[in-house]
Amino acid sequence: MLEQILALLPQVIFDGLILGFVYAMVALGYTMVYGVLELINFAHSEIFMIGAVVGVEVFRYLAPHVGNGLLLLLLALVLGGVVAGITAILVERFAYRPLRKRGTTNRLVPLITAIGVSFILQDLVRFIEGLWHNEFFLRMRTVEDLEGSVELFGGAIFAQTKSFILMGVSILMLLGLTYLVNRTKLGVAIRAVAQDLSTASLMGIDPDRIISRTFLIGGSLGGVAGVLFALQYTTITPYVGFLPGIKAFTAAVLGGIGNIPGAMLGGLVLGQLENFFGTYLPILTGGNFGTEYKDVVAFLILIFILLVRPQGLLGQVVKEKV
Amino acid sequence: MSVLSLLLSLAYLGLVFLAPGALSNLFGLLALGATAFLRLSPTWRTLNLALLTLAFTLGLVRSGNTLGLIGLVGILVALTTLPRIPGWIRALLGLAILLLSVPMAGFANTFIFELGIQIGIYAAMALGLNVVVGMAGLLDLGYAAFFAVGAYTWAIFGSEQAKNFMQGNFPLPGEYMYLFMAIAIVTTALTGLLIGLPALRLRGDYLAIVTLGLGEVVRILANNLDHPINFTNGPQGITPVQRPPIEWFRELMGTLGVRLDQTTDYQLFFYLLVLLMIGLVVLANVNLANSRFGRAWVAIREDEVAARSMGIPLLPTKLLAFMTGAAFSGVMGVIFAAQRTFVSPESFTLLASITILGMVILGGMGSIPGAILGAAALTILNLDVLKTFSEFVRTSLPQIPSQVDPAKYERLVFGLILVLMMIFRPEGLIPEKRHREEMAASPEGKQGGEA
Repeated sequence: MLEQILALLPQVIFDGLILGFVYAMVALGYTMVYGVLELINFAHSEIFMIGAVVGVEVFRYLAPHVGNGLLLLLLALVLGGVVAGITAILVERFAYRPLRKRGTTNRLVPLITAIGVSFILQDLVRFIEGLWHNEFFLRMRTVEDLEGSVELFGGAIFAQTKSFILMGVSILMLLGLTYLVNRTKLGVAIRAVAQDLSTASLMGIDPDRIISRTFLIGGSLGGVAGVLFALQYTTITPYVGFLPGIKAFTAAVLGGIGNIPGAMLGGLVLGQLENFFGTYLPILTGGNFGTEYKDVVAFLILIFILLVRPQGLLGQVVKEKV
Repeated sequence: MSVLSLLLSLAYLGLVFLAPGALSNLFGLLALGATAFLRLSPTWRTLNLALLTLAFTLGLVRSGNTLGLIGLVGILVALTTLPRIPGWIRALLGLAILLLSVPMAGFANTFIFELGIQIGIYAAMALGLNVVVGMAGLLDLGYAAFFAVGAYTWAIFGSEQAKNFMQGNFPLPGEYMYLFMAIAIVTTALTGLLIGLPALRLRGDYLAIVTLGLGEVVRILANNLDHPINFTNGPQGITPVQRPPIEWFRELMGTLGVRLDQTTDYQLFFYLLVLLMIGLVVLANVNLANSRFGRAWVAIREDEVAARSMGIPLLPTKLLAFMTGAAFSGVMGVIFAAQRTFVSPESFTLLASITILGMVILGGMGSIPGAILGAAALTILNLDVLKTFSEFVRTSLPQIPSQVDPAKYERLVFGLILVLMMIFRPEGLIPEKRHREEMAASPEGKQGGEA
């Protein structure tokens, strides 16, 4: 058994890394919105799903016309990011802003709104795809340029070209976002609003505009992640966002919510753990417990983290105001 | 005004006699609206409500159109919310609707019974969740897990399923269902303890996420515990589940002059059983709300830090709320399993949890009539209105692909309801007094910070 485990190990780590990067990319969106509004934006899972659907559609319609696979992917990433970003802005504008304007102090209200929005988006996409193609399961069209693969370490790891693209893009996203938040004027404004919304507005910052842009950035990142997810895992349904969304949130909490490198780290750790258990549970238990239980593992990790270190791996303790 | 509304009600009664159906029922709903919202003296109002009850019942018996049921629910709501109607009239009319109108309509169209039972099961669960969310302010997104535990508790032992891992004579005879209702209280309360112990140390958003996760864990277990030992029979679910024998009930109804046939006997039995359960749950709810624990829950909901400094032990108090809510759900799970004779993981998804939460929110958090109204509204919407609309679309616009069947867009409608409610009426349809004050925006509240 040990031999079998060791033989699989490099591949498991590599696949876990890919999964981890997907979670990390989605977690960035969760963490940004949470950092600014202290809102678990459940609808972010659906923003991610919309990105994936746009990716599928772009490949479906443009693949015959665009010869170059990389160019096609670039188009899909840009369009997916734009559509998802706009959706995120609309969600903020029509669902969350009215709540903020009224100023209810009850924390349940925005959370329930977020769940509602996420249901609306799921079925809306289902409706559109149903009317358009009469399809529920959307399949990513394959393009030959992107289907290459290499074997690393003497065949121990089978790696697809698109996996490297996924990793590259997510690292770029992390670096770009870190730069944006720490070095630009918009970043300063975002941090100011996150610190204290009313004081920031006294300093000449328009909080609505900043929040709107935060949603735009978080949403486009989610959309880009969705396109890459579709490319990697190929089958998409309108309900595909839920599980990665919850796990990405777990990743964000794991890393310390509101903390951008933390989200990345959390995603990678969670991806490793999940893939590890997903592959080895059937082997370790002699086939009695299957891969299905990997989701259980993810949730148990979440609970464990929240109990032991609620501020997350890289987070700071927030003092409770009385 | 009074004469106008009376004329409307009489006109509806006449319409029902001549042409029962959807259109006349719509007219009836209009008359009900007039009765509820026009300025009427209590006497006229009572008279109108009595007339409308009669008319809706007649409409249901004669045409089976389920709009009539919505009318009856509307009258029940009017009876609980409108001011200055004498108590004995409220009680009399309410009982007449529940014990006469609905069964009579059910004999004419058994679907009414099915709707009534489903509404009842969900209403009892909404009342249970109301304790957790409404009173104690703990957002639980995995409530269907307890329903599942209750349902499987009976389904496993009330079918041959238990033979897979136990010696003995299974299925247990149907009478044991009553015993298992008591056992389910214990198993679900224990599950509540198990889930609550880690989860309830957390607050607000984190609690919501963790309960969601644990709810999913229970569903995954139900889905996969068919191997290595077959406990739940996996995605296929368990069937047939035993029902209690009801000869005594048939005899009883016979002496009352009601003859029951094979299609309606169990329906009426479960309908009455569910009504009885709701009565008990409401009683428990009212008593809890006025008890030491109820006040402690509200204190925690309003301000956890203040409550703690007043000496309320946080974790045990919250756990109690959690376990109480779980127990209510568990009992209804047993009834659900027996009524359907079938249990599968499909019934316990996140959507189910959120639907029950939606019922509590739609009705008004913390409000008992609110939770029941919410359950009625959402159940009728899901089981009846959307399905009827689907039927209509399919027959009149056959060129539309089946993917766009309205019955499949339960989530869309439901999401819209949640979002619009939160924006326009977060206190719910029948708000509880304290919640109404809290939800109303106050300028101080804006800076008041974390609740």
